[in-house]
Amino acid sequence: MLSPGIMGRSLLDKVWDLHTVRELPSGQTQLFIGLHLIHEVTSPQAFAALRDAGGAAAGPPGHHAGGAAAGPLGHKAGLRVRRPDRTFATVDHIIPTDSQARPLGDALAEEMLQHLERNCAEHGIAFFGPGSGKQGIVHVIGPELGLTQPGMTIACGDSHTSTHGAFGAVAFGIGTSQVRDVLATQCLAMARPRVRRIDVAGKLSPGVYAKDVILAIIRRLGVKGGIGYAYEYGGPVIDAMTLEERMTVCNMSIEGGARCGYINPDEATFAYLRGREFAPQGEAFERAVQWWRGIASDPDAVYDDRIELDGARLAPTVTFGITPGQSVGVDEPIPSPADVPADERAGIEEALAFMALEPGKPITGTPIDVAFIGSCTNGRISDLREAARVAQLGTVAPGVRTFVVPGSQEVQRQAEAEGLPAVFRAAGFDWREPGCSMCLAMNPDKLRGRELCASTSNRNFKGRQGSPTGRTLLMSPAMVAAAAIRGHVVDVREEL
Amino acid sequence: MSSEAKVERVEGRGCVLRGDDIDTDRIIPARFLRCVTFDGIGAHAFEDDRLQAKGNHALDDPRFAGASILLVGRNFGCGSSREHAPQALWRFGFQAFVGESFAEIFFGNCVAMGLPCVTLPRAELTRLMDSVDLDPQQRLVLDLASGTITSKLGTQAIAMPDGARRQLLEGAWDATAVLLAGGDAIDATADSLPYVRGFAA
Repeated sequence: MLSPGIMGRSLLDKVWDLHTVRELPSGQTQLFIGLHLIHEVTSPQAFAALRDAGGAAAGPPGHHAGGAAAGPLGHKAGLRVRRPDRTFATVDHIIPTDSQARPLGDALAEEMLQHLERNCAEHGIAFFGPGSGKQGIVHVIGPELGLTQPGMTIACGDSHTSTHGAFGAVAFGIGTSQVRDVLATQCLAMARPRVRRIDVAGKLSPGVYAKDVILAIIRRLGVKGGIGYAYEYGGPVIDAMTLEERMTVCNMSIEGGARCGYINPDEATFAYLRGREFAPQGEAFERAVQWWRGIASDPDAVYDDRIELDGARLAPTVTFGITPGQSVGVDEPIPSPADVPADERAGIEEALAFMALEPGKPITGTPIDVAFIGSCTNGRISDLREAARVAQLGTVAPGVRTFVVPGSQEVQRQAEAEGLPAVFRAAGFDWREPGCSMCLAMNPDKLRGRELCASTSNRNFKGRQGSPTGRTLLMSPAMVAAAAIRGHVVDVREEL
Repeated sequence: MSSEAKVERVEGRGCVLRGDDIDTDRIIPARFLRCVTFDGIGAHAFEDDRLQAKGNHALDDPRFAGASILLVGRNFGCGSSREHAPQALWRFGFQAFVGESFAEIFFGNCVAMGLPCVTLPRAELTRLMDSVDLDPQQRLVLDLASGTITSKLGTQAIAMPDGARRQLLEGAWDATAVLLAGGDAIDATADSLPYVRGFAA
């Protein structure tokens, strides 16, 4: 029994305290990072900064992490990577999804890939490249390889690092200077966020998915509502979710402005991890489970804020605007600027003008030009299964371009084993190679002109999908598959 | 930029960029991330927004040419973690940002580059934006030590999380050296974590 006055602690507080190296003079915490994931976009400048950090800037003399020529690899100057054993790399953003054959068709993309290969080789970092059989979107492969584990701190130069919170890890998206910091020190300088507990009560209706839950949360709390907070998701709807569904929820924490998002580890988490390549094996796994259980928030944990949503009332959700918070239930009309608080009016007006959508009209019936199924939000095997279940009910509408992109080579193999590519192809969908694809258009998969895309990705920002005037409607994989078949937005509940 | 550099104040003219939730895809479109250095990225700051605005974008407004302080709205820099966004704005010429609020990763990237992001309540921010719009030639003085911004309006109190403010004031914003000074305590923390030890018995 707890002594009086001792309050329960959240997972965030426990993990934070365990990883605290020291308090910095600035008042921030020097936080040890248990797992560092890197990719080709945000790491080359960080490795270059390590190289340039020769001589004086290289830290206290004689310390094994610093100093010119200090490393066993015999670097002539600069800092070496402090924990290559806790650093893993893949290539995802720039990889084409028609063919991964080298050299890549885009010379700039090939150069970025070569830089990553060289940097990993030079510093002894494991690289899951196109030929490895393990390549994929960094937030898909971390969990599927068992690298992502409860109670860890995780950092990656990518905002969707929050995905890994699904396992009860505290996972931060960071920029390139911070990638450099983690490479050199395996630490970050950070301020501890507050914790908001978000309970999703009840039970989801058929046709309503994890994607709808997180879009509804962001709609309710806003795209900046999470600033200063970690989001802890829980309640019956979250408890009932698979780890893949939980990843979809945590993935978009960043779209709600939160520094990270997580879900307490439970039996489903342990079952997912058992037997994975980098998970503890044998008796070590049993010891790990004991530790992981203790990392979860205490039942009487105290939170800085709490909110609750009724999962039973959620409908399939679709964005109509240019931020992920601008969404409606599929059975609701597109809002009018007059419906929203005065200081949000300009944002809605800008969104409707850019999207060329009319207030008061239903979102259903909106014609689409492109359908994209994939990304770190919805590119896992369960997402492809749900999309395929809808795809087999019809064929792609004339004139609709489609992209079905597995999140990793492992997802691709599993989908092939289940016959999903054949289902998609028979329905007229384009089945492709793994990568980030049309989520952000750093590869050849892009919108053209004013095209409107039904997308399972995470951002509907202006220009996000590669055309400055291209338009994006975010929704679940089943909703995208249904829209592809009908040629316009439909309520997937009426199709199933 | 050297890690010795204390960032105590930023002086110069302002540039008024209105609008909320301006994301980093807009600040620097993804196609300009196909690079292995940040060289030249400043020329592409807000490229697609500027093309669509056909010269009517704040960054193309001759009244704001040469400004060093960018005035922005709410949740500026949301979305992608790309440091290419503050790198592009810094290389364009901005040395500080004043807004209603900033997305956290953008804020962290700016601190790591020695660039202050400070906030004003919306009404105060609107007053300052209106004043700079009316007289773009006026000199703004952002003073982190006193926590103020001074303009024709007089002095307004700005806010910034204390840890980041102290990093800038003390010249400790280049975190690598600060973190390296953790020395053996880093290894001690690592060795105390069961998962780093492989959950050995």
